[in-house]
Amino acid sequence: MSNDITIKKGLDIKLKGAAEKVTENAIISNFCTVRPEDFHGVTPKLIARVGDKVKAGEPIFYDKAQEAVKFVSPVSGEILDIPRGDKRRILALKIQADKEQIFHDYGIFNVESATSESIKNHLLASGCWPFIKQRPYDVIANPEKSPKAIFISGYASAPLVADYDYVLQGKEAELQVAINALGKLTEGQVHVSVSKNGSSPLSGLKGVTLHKVSGPHPSGNVGTQINKIDPINKGETVWTINPQDLVIIGELLLTGKFNAERLVALVGSSVKKPRYFKTKIGSEIATMVYDNGVEKDGNDRIISGNVLSGKQIKPDGSLDFYSNTITVIPEGDDYEFFGWNKPVFNKISTSRALTFSWLTPNKKYDLNTNTNGEHRAFVLTGNYEQVFPLDIYPLQILKACMYEDLDEMEALGMYEVAPEDFALTEFVCVSKQPHQAIIRKGLDLMIKEIG
Amino acid sequence: MSLKSNLHNLKEKYKGTKMAPAFNALHTFLYLPNETTHNGTHIKVADDLKRTMNTVIMAMVPCLIFGMFNAGYQHYAAFGTPVDFLSWDAFYIGLIKILPLVVVSYGVGLAIEFLFAVIKGHEVEEGYLVTGMLVPLIVPVDTPLWMLAVAVAFGVVIGKEVFGGTGMNILNPALTIRAFLFFAYPTWMSGDKVWVHGAVERSKEIANGANLDAISGETILGSLAQGQETSYSVADMFFGFIPGSVGETSTLLILLGGLFLIFTKIGSWRIMVSSVVGALVMGLIFNGVVSAGWISESSKFFGLMSTEFWHHLLIGGFAFGTVFMATDPVTASQTNKGKWIYGFLIGFISILIRVFNPAYPEGVMLAILLMNVFAPTIDHYVVQGNVKQRMKRLKVKTA
Repeated sequence: MSNDITIKKGLDIKLKGAAEKVTENAIISNFCTVRPEDFHGVTPKLIARVGDKVKAGEPIFYDKAQEAVKFVSPVSGEILDIPRGDKRRILALKIQADKEQIFHDYGIFNVESATSESIKNHLLASGCWPFIKQRPYDVIANPEKSPKAIFISGYASAPLVADYDYVLQGKEAELQVAINALGKLTEGQVHVSVSKNGSSPLSGLKGVTLHKVSGPHPSGNVGTQINKIDPINKGETVWTINPQDLVIIGELLLTGKFNAERLVALVGSSVKKPRYFKTKIGSEIATMVYDNGVEKDGNDRIISGNVLSGKQIKPDGSLDFYSNTITVIPEGDDYEFFGWNKPVFNKISTSRALTFSWLTPNKKYDLNTNTNGEHRAFVLTGNYEQVFPLDIYPLQILKACMYEDLDEMEALGMYEVAPEDFALTEFVCVSKQPHQAIIRKGLDLMIKEIG
Repeated sequence: MSLKSNLHNLKEKYKGTKMAPAFNALHTFLYLPNETTHNGTHIKVADDLKRTMNTVIMAMVPCLIFGMFNAGYQHYAAFGTPVDFLSWDAFYIGLIKILPLVVVSYGVGLAIEFLFAVIKGHEVEEGYLVTGMLVPLIVPVDTPLWMLAVAVAFGVVIGKEVFGGTGMNILNPALTIRAFLFFAYPTWMSGDKVWVHGAVERSKEIANGANLDAISGETILGSLAQGQETSYSVADMFFGFIPGSVGETSTLLILLGGLFLIFTKIGSWRIMVSSVVGALVMGLIFNGVVSAGWISESSKFFGLMSTEFWHHLLIGGFAFGTVFMATDPVTASQTNKGKWIYGFLIGFISILIRVFNPAYPEGVMLAILLMNVFAPTIDHYVVQGNVKQRMKRLKVKTA
């Protein structure tokens, strides 16, 4: 069964520095960092202490609110340091990796004969649960709730991101096992979407409802697909998982090992040789970045994730738990003489106000991190709607979040959205408002007040 | 040291002080700031509010320059010594009369903006750049400068700043200023004397006993309202060789400005189109009333009612209001569906007021201000449509 989804509203941001489809093994980094802040809303309770030896896949902390949700170490090694911030908040767990990696053995799991309860417990114990996120609220799924459906987007349409068709090659077996397991966790369907023009390993899977997606970004965002396929109503829950994490879940079920290995695209205009690397969750990115043409004392922004909703990381930072892309673009901390009124040819714009990107729709741009203007109150209207395909009024819901009107937020569709759905409206915002942060704050307020 | 680094050092020096917003306003005028993104999207589009506002101003500049020529042209024509339209003589009169209006409008308005920014500690927002340009274009050429200054102060403070500044106001600030002038100093804003430079002065001289011919600079709407034939051709109306407020006369240049705004995607084509449709519908209704014979020729409304429906688009301030004032995104409807309704009603009510307002035969200003007030209501019902759909989905599920 195949259903087509075509998106018209949106914007493909074409940037320089897309990854060449070549894979290299990244130099194995000696340090691995797990940051609790990757898991929004989780208050970590430590299991491992400084100096402890852990195996790859062994739990190192759990969520205070949902104790069943365990977080495991991506590598085997020794816990080096647990730096803390204000109010003793745990910032990170730094692990020095062993030369020889030892895996914690969770045993081969027979999905066919397993009940949904036993699958759930297995995923919770083995640290695979955090890969499953839920909507509403865009947080780690609540294991006590049963989702009405599970959504997996196998089409990444954001600028410069890793191509799932490429990174999932040869992983069919793992994907199928993971899908089988997830299928038992929901009474509804498992929706998988792939690019209409690609050949995705996901399209051959059994036990899923396949959707072929076409159109500009954000057609690949799982939020867009949920809205078009089966929108979330009040009281309902859906789960979403990234396909590259299905591979890890699948491998765990097949072999009993939590293998945090992941194919990562190193992209962006500051990278001389953008391509794919095999690396692990949490591993330090410095060597990978600087060995590939990013200048060591250059003025660059390193992002774990894509340019629209990724996280800024320091050069000694690490790959975060959910990303499969590292983007490096130039910083834009410089002034531009009369930059606000002179004709612009080298930046993207959705207007034609002496901006000429509409003349060259296929040109690839080298954008930097300059905001191109200052933060202002909302003034323009109608421009968000051009890039926002969801059946929701973006400006109105943003304002509802700002004045914290819970009834209005609920009525306007807050249960359906995640911050990343507002990445494009934030990109095109003339008033330079932080849309994703506004939505995140709104969602957090709803968790607190409604739950 | 270059200008760039000097200014950067000054900016660091003023950081956190009361004067920071004022300095930043000037600094960012010269240089696009060095601000970078932090969270959320790491890249941003090239457009900012300054560029947006600047685009609107560019669309109005032809109207301003035309207005300068026209002011002199109308002056000499009324005084019986016609000159060529594109002559230095005509332009000179316009320049010395209109430039001060622009200077006062910007000077007073921006001074207040800076003052509020410094007191409240926020950045100077760009909204007034457009308002300051609109104001001189929608007043009669001989408006005394002190009146303009008082009105601008009123409009900026009461129309905008009390609501929280740019982006928060309910009424279009430029029209608030215009409305203040209209209600506070009606003799300077309507009648047959104010539209041509020198006519008011001349009538004063006559009143003092000077033996001179009276000068009449009646607008087309004024003549029609009094049931007189107008002496201007349709081409005059379209190209703008008629008396009226400074920038509103040339429908051609306004049309070009409107097309420019639509092309640059800054102005809302939905509002412009629906407003024109609304005006045409109302004009047709009035034409229908006349041809059905429901109104006698002696009625005081006959002149304007019998005006061919599409002439309404060419005369008075309708075109200017539709293109530059109704489309103000802050005070207009904010939903796309709402914009259709909002624009249509502006056109419709403009012509309605124009015909039925005996004292002052023009309705665009009041129609837009009225719809400014109703825009949030329109949006509310449009958004409720979306909310109801969501509720219905929920009911279908639970049923």
